[in-house]
Amino acid sequence: MSYYVSVKRMNEILKELQKHYKVYAPMRFEKRGRYSDTDLIRYAEINSIEDVVYDEKSDFSPKEVIYPITQALFYFTEYEYMESKVDDKKILIFARPCDINGFRRLDTIFLKNGGTEDIYYKRLREKIKFILMECGEGWDTCFCVSMGSNKTDDYSLAVRFENDNILVEVKDDEFTNLFVDEKEIEFTPEFVTSNPTKVNIPEIDSQELLEKIYDLDMWKSYNSRCISCGACNAVCITCSCFNTLDVIYTENGKVGERRRVQASCMHEDFTTMAGGLGFRKTAGERMRFRTLHKIYDYKARFKDEHMCVGCGRCDERCPELISFSTTINRLYDEVEKLKKGEATQTIEQTASTEEVK
Amino acid sequence: MSENIMLPNPHKIINIINETENEYTFRVETNAKVKHGQFFQVSIPKIGEAPISVSSMGDNWVELTIRKVGKLTNEIFNLKPGDKIFMRGPYGNSFPKDDFKGKDLVVIAGGTGVSPVRSLLKYFYENPDEIRSLHFIAGFKDEKSILFKEDLKNFKTRFNTIYTLDKDKIEGFEVGLVTEHIKKIPFNTFENYNVVIVGPPVMMHFAALECLKNGVPEEKIWVSFERKMSCGVGKCGHCKINETYVCLEGPVFNYTKAKKLLD
Ligand SMILES: Cc1cc2nc3c(=O)[nH]c(=O)nc-3n(C[C@H](O)[C@H](O)[C@H](O)COP(=O)(O)OP(=O)(O)OC[C@H]3O[C@@H](n4cnc5c(N)ncnc54)[C@H](O)[C@@H]3O)c2cc1C
Ligand code: SF4
Ligand code: SF4
Ligand code: FES
Repeated sequence: MSYYVSVKRMNEILKELQKHYKVYAPMRFEKRGRYSDTDLIRYAEINSIEDVVYDEKSDFSPKEVIYPITQALFYFTEYEYMESKVDDKKILIFARPCDINGFRRLDTIFLKNGGTEDIYYKRLREKIKFILMECGEGWDTCFCVSMGSNKTDDYSLAVRFENDNILVEVKDDEFTNLFVDEKEIEFTPEFVTSNPTKVNIPEIDSQELLEKIYDLDMWKSYNSRCISCGACNAVCITCSCFNTLDVIYTENGKVGERRRVQASCMHEDFTTMAGGLGFRKTAGERMRFRTLHKIYDYKARFKDEHMCVGCGRCDERCPELISFSTTINRLYDEVEKLKKGEATQTIEQTASTEEVK
Repeated sequence: MSENIMLPNPHKIINIINETENEYTFRVETNAKVKHGQFFQVSIPKIGEAPISVSSMGDNWVELTIRKVGKLTNEIFNLKPGDKIFMRGPYGNSFPKDDFKGKDLVVIAGGTGVSPVRSLLKYFYENPDEIRSLHFIAGFKDEKSILFKEDLKNFKTRFNTIYTLDKDKIEGFEVGLVTEHIKKIPFNTFENYNVVIVGPPVMMHFAALECLKNGVPEEKIWVSFERKMSCGVGKCGHCKINETYVCLEGPVFNYTKAKKLLD
């Protein structure tokens, strides 16, 4: 069933929902953007429907709701530990199709990989329901259609914002009661069917080809370009890697906690071991790892889908203007050449064709 | 609620053996069922956590041989028998011990690499009838870094051993890297055999090449990988190589797979 709801009425419904749910949506943080006088849009608990930024893409993904940048796993006293606790409230997240599909990738790592479940992820994941936000046209850097993540039916409510009103589809019976007095209309959310940005995913079908890809000169062009800041990982809905870190609270060191902190495969020390031994020492090698992880080896492992959902946030966040979609397309071209036995680009050539948005 | 895989449990330290100045073996009480080649995530609350291989095991204990290199390991060296250490695991796969039975086995280990194969060696030392022959090459940097002196002596009595130091000349030890001694293994007299190689990445690489040069087929070689690990259970991503997680599918790999893993 779908309904035509005024913003005023929707705010009343929100208040009702908030008795049992924490409601998260992309919100505007004024003057906190990357450049002076720009705003930052990131996920936070909303107070009213007007807080929801629906006509811009959020800089950060909703993964932080369930997988915070830093999170206490448990607390220690002398020789005891206490598992960290979570709120009893359930969680509602206003999310785009790409992000909802992104959660499925996080589910795969945290709940399935290795046959074990991560309880810190699970205990929040079980509480989550989605309010699908229609995308309209999408944005310049989006390439969800190429990744097949432009659509989803994993939502409880779907919304389209119109000036003073909101069209709401209610798919989950739990919420039907809240809308019984509203005006019924015909509305099902529409999904973006074409993005301005498109990517071609290279078909990597043999170990020989993979080895040649590892040796491609194109990776070296990132050695000077990428500053290994990890911003691309931080905004990615599908990046799940972390470090663990113990913290002491007091001088005498009797009480503390073990934390999990999001990690970045683009950081120099991601693979560093004793004696400084590391495995991906250059920015180019790390870019190769990230690229193949997102569009090759995740799928090779889990079969169903690529890891990247094409949200394009990494493109927007990169201080060096490196575009991931361009990187994928570049790799595609190089792989085509490898398959045809043609010479691939040398570093000098790639320097002139560096992707600048 | 599912079991919390991140939560470690306290275990009592029964005994501590000083192997070298910077390497101690900690015998820890546990009734966990461990396979040769597996590791534990070992931690001290408020300090940190790291993967450590099991170097020996018994009815209700395991031994962990730890090198003092940093935050956690420095702190572990301050512990005394009776103190508690936190652990979760065991994790990872193991050496296919049962496949090794009845055949010839060659073990080539360098430095701390002896530690993850020690329990396997001890098993065949105590069950010599289960193996046709065992050749053990162990290499250390210098006299100061020799580990498990007592075991090395014992192994000599039942296995064909070659112990070597990179440069130092002392009794009972050859001189040179382990790779230089591989040609002494009589591979051509074996009917069916396996080769286990564990040590620093460079050593494993060249030792494997040397074996291949001596006619060893790839599928007979087994190696154990070390990678940075923060979780041990396939969640943190640090140990991932291509689509393979070293903590889950490793640390032990057959060479046919290992050679395909591109970092
Ligand atoms: C499967 C496996 C089995 C291992 N078995 C043993 C063992 O039996 N005995 C032993 O002494 N060590 C073993 N290690 C290495 C051990 O985990 C590290 O030395 C440990 O992380 C050091 O912890 P720390 O807090 O003392 O050092 P840190 O203070 O964390 O670091 C000190 C130095 O060690 C590096 N380091 C961090 N993590 C690792 C890592 N996983 N491996 C190597 N260096 C690392 C740091 O980058 C730094 O250079 C094993 C590692 C793996 C992956
Ligand atoms: S990538 Fe697709 S689903 Fe995601 S915000 Fe852009 S248009 Fe919407
Ligand atoms: S690609 Fe860009 S955002 Fe990512 S690490 Fe490199 S410089 Fe930073
Ligand atoms: S150690 Fe964390 S994924 Fe392997």
